[in-house]
Amino acid sequence: MNYWWIIGGVLFVLLNTAAGLIWLERRMLALWQDRYGPNRAGPFGLFIVLADTLKLFFKEDWIPPFADKVVFVFAPAIVVASVLMSFTVIPFGPNIMVADLNIGLLFFLAMSSLGVYSIVLGGWASNNKYALLGAMRGASQMISYEVFMGMALMGVVILSGSFNLREIVEAQRKIWFIVPQFLGFVIFLIAGIAETHRLPFDIPEAESELVAGFHSEYSGMKFGMFFIGEYLGVTLISAMLVTLYCGGWLGPDFLPGVVWFVLKTFVFISLFILLRASMPRPRYDQLMEYGWKVLFPLSLLNLMATAAIVLSLK
Amino acid sequence: MGAAFYIAAAIAILSTAMVITRYNIMHALLYLIVSLLSVAVIFYIYGAPFMAALEVIIYAGAIMVLMIFFVMMLNLGQQSAGDERHWLTPRVWIGPALLCLFLLAELVYLIMQPPAPPAGEIVMVDPKAVGKSLFGPYILAVELAGMLLMAGIVGAYHLGRQKKKITHRFLERATQ
Repeated sequence: MNYWWIIGGVLFVLLNTAAGLIWLERRMLALWQDRYGPNRAGPFGLFIVLADTLKLFFKEDWIPPFADKVVFVFAPAIVVASVLMSFTVIPFGPNIMVADLNIGLLFFLAMSSLGVYSIVLGGWASNNKYALLGAMRGASQMISYEVFMGMALMGVVILSGSFNLREIVEAQRKIWFIVPQFLGFVIFLIAGIAETHRLPFDIPEAESELVAGFHSEYSGMKFGMFFIGEYLGVTLISAMLVTLYCGGWLGPDFLPGVVWFVLKTFVFISLFILLRASMPRPRYDQLMEYGWKVLFPLSLLNLMATAAIVLSLK
Repeated sequence: MGAAFYIAAAIAILSTAMVITRYNIMHALLYLIVSLLSVAVIFYIYGAPFMAALEVIIYAGAIMVLMIFFVMMLNLGQQSAGDERHWLTPRVWIGPALLCLFLLAELVYLIMQPPAPPAGEIVMVDPKAVGKSLFGPYILAVELAGMLLMAGIVGAYHLGRQKKKITHRFLERATQ
């Protein structure tokens, strides 16, 4: 019974967080850009979320006649499903965890690599040149950034000796992995932004060049799925950063573990939003060059150095 | 355990059959992904979680994305479905199908053969064990695979290398 409560609670909190982030992002962007942002509906403009959702529900749910209908319909579901599946392996608190998988970290990588399909298939099924361009950019960006996302994580695995996220958190009792694995942390953060295709790496969407990229043809709740999937992805990457590098639910005793986890995750979510407010979008070839020529060798170096140090200390 | 295996196996067989019979190449690829995922589930059930994860990460998550990428670049969607329909006549597939049928019969015969190995406990093979056997008894295979990959990388670099041509006068490099 307890188990179902955890699943229900995690789902409830996550979906509400994703919806709440719409409001939070607008307000914070407005704050940093010296304007008000949505402040009319409800206290602090909080009901803008409700208004947005209502608008999405009432929009015409249009499937273009030239689209591949089946693929077009299920592409948006993939992104939400794969991100939500990843959350099953994250320990939110000392005993709050949906699945205590031995291969938790690999499961996260597997699910994030399946998430690519939503972009690729959504763009392909739309049968629109802008969508196709966005999908191709998305596929190459996510595949190449996934490679060293995994590489950067291996440093943590070497230090903790486990793929299990609960054990990784426990291994950080002495010192958070952000200190010995700072390079890995930075690489994972950058790869995580690319993986969730948020600004500055929102090249698959790039509204100034590609209309709306891979989701140009989507409307109504299908677009809403992509939208929510993006915010869920931001939450997921923040939660993973906290779990792997910043001690997860560990913290001083005056607050319960879950609260520490939520607070730390919130800090990273704010960082994601601040990045959006402050960074320009790189060109597509610059992004790939940066990934393969800078980040990839760095992550290999990080992996080898970590392994050598751990081996020599043994 | 049993039920999970049979469901996953049935999905694997069904989706693989769909891969062969679909005319639209994109749909065939999607069924192939489903087939790979169900094989991963079978791996997981029978005590090889590491293999299951790799199956999803590498086959379903990377190689299949690349295949779809190529199909997208070649624009082989509905246009090629007609060709496929033209090619997939009984005259073409009946030969290989017969041969496969013989193989299947042989396989069934071998499985039915009496002393079936005792269905013992499922042994969990954790990532550490996989790594130890890869870099222990199978080190030669790992090295050979590494050489093959290296050759592939060098070849890809050679084919993909070209001098950067920038015709725009403002974008010309200063180092020319």
